[in-house]
Amino acid sequence: MQLAVDNLACRRAGRRVFDGLSFTLRPGEALAVTGRNGAGKSTLIAAIAGFVPRHAGEIRATGIGERSLSECLHLVGHRDGLKASLTAEENLAFAASILGGPRLGTDEALARVGLPGAAHLPVAFLSAGQRRRVALARLLVAQRPLWLLDEPLTALDAAGQGLLAGIMAEHLGGGGLILAATHAPLPIEGAREFRLGA
Amino acid sequence: MMRTFLALVRRDLALATRVGGAGGLSLVFFLMVVTLIPFGLGPDLNLLSRIGPAILWIAGVLATLIGLDRLFQADEEDGSLDLMRLSPAPFEVVVLAKATAHWLATGLPLAVFAPLFGLLVALEPAALARTALSLLIGTPALTFAGAIGAALAASIRRGGLVIAILVVPLMVPTLIFGVAAGDPTNPASAQALTILAALTLATGAIGCIGAAAALRGGGE
Repeated sequence: MQLAVDNLACRRAGRRVFDGLSFTLRPGEALAVTGRNGAGKSTLIAAIAGFVPRHAGEIRATGIGERSLSECLHLVGHRDGLKASLTAEENLAFAASILGGPRLGTDEALARVGLPGAAHLPVAFLSAGQRRRVALARLLVAQRPLWLLDEPLTALDAAGQGLLAGIMAEHLGGGGLILAATHAPLPIEGAREFRLGA
Repeated sequence: MMRTFLALVRRDLALATRVGGAGGLSLVFFLMVVTLIPFGLGPDLNLLSRIGPAILWIAGVLATLIGLDRLFQADEEDGSLDLMRLSPAPFEVVVLAKATAHWLATGLPLAVFAPLFGLLVALEPAALARTALSLLIGTPALTFAGAIGAALAASIRRGGLVIAILVVPLMVPTLIFGVAAGDPTNPASAQALTILAALTLATGAIGCIGAAAALRGGGE
């Protein structure tokens, strides 16, 4: 698939967050969205996911057939979407059946993010970095071409960042798209930078 | 779509029974209201058995309101609702699944235990059976009406009061016909039961569409 954002403007609570944003994202490309706090990085991600109404402009996705854009993307953000009283495995199995199209099994996905022993632990007992790893494992249990990542490196240790870099490289190698809001440089070769509010 | 529905029902039931879930809370609240009213009214068994169906139904309405504020709010806060918004299944199915799980955890236990609690308000056997049946048929309408309010207040912290004000008026018709259907001396109780079933079906459709419309936009 290909994503084209054309002259996008968003407002929240009546106040301008950004306007006139244009970029395209082609298969195998990664875009690092940077900018100061409050520049609208998370709003951009929410607008692409369809959670925030567009004020003006267009978000076009091509090459996805009959599906809508929201059915073709993963979002891992600040709110990790995990239930504390369910185990890591139950959380992932739920995400897989909600998002549809299973790819990796939950055990395999947890092994890929370096949490092979945590499958049967309630998420409440996991550390912030481990929770982030479970949330990132969601990217692997359902096949979706566009990954929207909001500060994906937060709370991850060096080993975790290395694992994430491998997973992202594999996704891009398979023709996937990544759009990540970040302050730290993304561990991806050839990621373009898109600066908001410059 | 069916897979999404079943996965959601299973997850919400698991959450209701785990630590911090609201599984038994509404049943305990129901029992508290039903036991407190005879203490307040005094030992007049005739009076109690006459107003017994009404006591059970009012307790049922109040018990349904417990935990309703967390129906969508908990998922909105931790981002689970965003996950559901990315699902290929229509959002109405998500609402239907969450309302079904809520009813299985609150309304169904009320109807099942109503014959037992009805003994506390001196109901006759015929009235016990009819009230339990009317609760079984009518409590889904309470949940679906409540889902509309819970969806509108999903992004409001401590929105319980707002939800109660929004949904109690919507629950009044169900309460009226539920009590009428539970009273065996009422000559029109069979018709009341039919209208109660119609209310449940209509509220089910309106509740799912309305709550989905309120939630789809991302709570803004």
